[in-house]
Amino acid sequence: MTDGWINIALPKGRLGEKAYDIFESIGYGCPEIRESSRKLIFENAENGVRYFWVKPSDVAVYVERGAADVGVVGKDILEEKGFDIYELLDLGIGKCRMAVAGIKGSRPDPELTLRVATKFPNIARRYYRQKSREIDIIKLHGSIEIAPILGMSDVIVDIVETGTTLRENDLEVFEEIFPISARLIANRVSYKFKNGPLRAMCEKIAERI
Amino acid sequence: MNREEQVLFGMRELFERHGYRRFEMSKFEEYDFYAENRSFLSSENILTYTGLDGKLLALKPDVTLSIVKNTKGCYGSPERVYYNENVYRARKGDKEYREIMQAGLEYIGDIDTYATLEVLLLAGRSLELIDSGYILDISHMGLLAGLLEETGLGPAKQKEILTAVREKNVHELRAACAEQDVAPETAESLAFLAGIYGGLKETLPAVRKLCRGGRMEKAYEELSELCRCLEECGVSGHVNLDFSIVNDMDYYNGIIFQGFINGIPSGILSGGRYDNLVHKLGKQADAIGFAVYLDLLERFATEKKEFDTDVLLIYGDGDSPAAVAAEVRRLTDGGERVMAVRTEPRDVRFRRRLTMKDGEARK
Repeated sequence: MTDGWINIALPKGRLGEKAYDIFESIGYGCPEIRESSRKLIFENAENGVRYFWVKPSDVAVYVERGAADVGVVGKDILEEKGFDIYELLDLGIGKCRMAVAGIKGSRPDPELTLRVATKFPNIARRYYRQKSREIDIIKLHGSIEIAPILGMSDVIVDIVETGTTLRENDLEVFEEIFPISARLIANRVSYKFKNGPLRAMCEKIAERI
Repeated sequence: MNREEQVLFGMRELFERHGYRRFEMSKFEEYDFYAENRSFLSSENILTYTGLDGKLLALKPDVTLSIVKNTKGCYGSPERVYYNENVYRARKGDKEYREIMQAGLEYIGDIDTYATLEVLLLAGRSLELIDSGYILDISHMGLLAGLLEETGLGPAKQKEILTAVREKNVHELRAACAEQDVAPETAESLAFLAGIYGGLKETLPAVRKLCRGGRMEKAYEELSELCRCLEECGVSGHVNLDFSIVNDMDYYNGIIFQGFINGIPSGILSGGRYDNLVHKLGKQADAIGFAVYLDLLERFATEKKEFDTDVLLIYGDGDSPAAVAAEVRRLTDGGERVMAVRTEPRDVRFRRRLTMKDGEARK
């Protein structure tokens, strides 16, 4: 963090690759990154950038703790965990939405405690607290769609991209909670000590998107 | 002495030289005291236990509240106090309480420009004790409060906007303002204020243009006068304007500031003007102060120790204990670390190894 490099944490996977394309297009490329698939850290001494591939939900942790100066992370993760960082730009990629969904045509009984299956318990809790709805959270780690089908939950709170998974499992979106896209975040202290380079980078990205 | 102790020692000396006296306080307070002033505390979590008389007590999560409670607090006779205390609270995301070492000072009484300047300069010098490459960011609550007033939004929506300002999240700030039908001019001013970061000279003129209405004008005047003073004192190179520093508006007013050290990933110093808190506790005074979170120094600039000791001194049955002690003394006086042992330990890394022979340490 104290060196002259700009350290960038990217989420492993498609979103991270798209984000890298943006960085490359504004002159922060690191050609080696396209070659190897096992290495986790890539440097380009010419333009002083260093990239890390990390698990998407960990990007903000690396940034908050200053191991990375900036990172690219989905709004869903920022909303769920809450980090002490700067959110500098909406990159406009990885667009989807956080939504409540359930079995097509069904409507949960308003007199009963709503059983909510989700990977995002904090988002779900906050959303239903606003609506003063009593809920029972069922925290799952994947394949959330099965919960209402098996009758374990009344609804799910999850990310919906195209809606294909929902449709194929005979589910539908009941309500939208908020739209999601990838954000460029920065460590609060890096932003001060590397203000010039980071701001220049942001401006170039802002022009691209 | 480790780094924390060195810095602490330096800070105490610095504060005492400027007429601050040490404030000693008890380790705990009645819980109700904190419960009444919860939003002043940076953490919601308070470590409580039941006292012998059945009263609910709390290990102090904060020092300033206790100081203000115990101060005479009257205009006309300023009090300068400093402290170094452990406080107990959970950091955000933590599942357990921590003991956090804090040191800081409070100036309670009439706060004029000199008083504010003195506190800011001492904050700067405290940071300098840690590292010469420090940054002190300052803001003024009056500007943000003035703009928030202009939005006409309720407290819950204002909070949402404040969060966006805190994150320099200009895109969400604009979206939230648009959603709430905030006048575009106000929304743009807020977005501009959130985005500002830089030296006093470059940023102040731009801030001037935002000011509408008495509250903001007054805040701007205070800020610019202070900036002039900081410049004259020759520290403006370390000072930046940053309105993303946001503290609770029920307690803080006026100048607020935060200090950063290159290499420590979060703010290490935090302070500001908190007249509202003093008044709320029934005192006739204004106040300004800051705290330094010394526990953050633990991992800062500690050199990796290559060796556990410089000299491993081996002695045997035949060596006089007094002669071994004399050699240890000679070597330590020479600035080396010495470990005298009978046999070489397996897990100790040493620079060189000496053996006692004829009452002397030899190779």
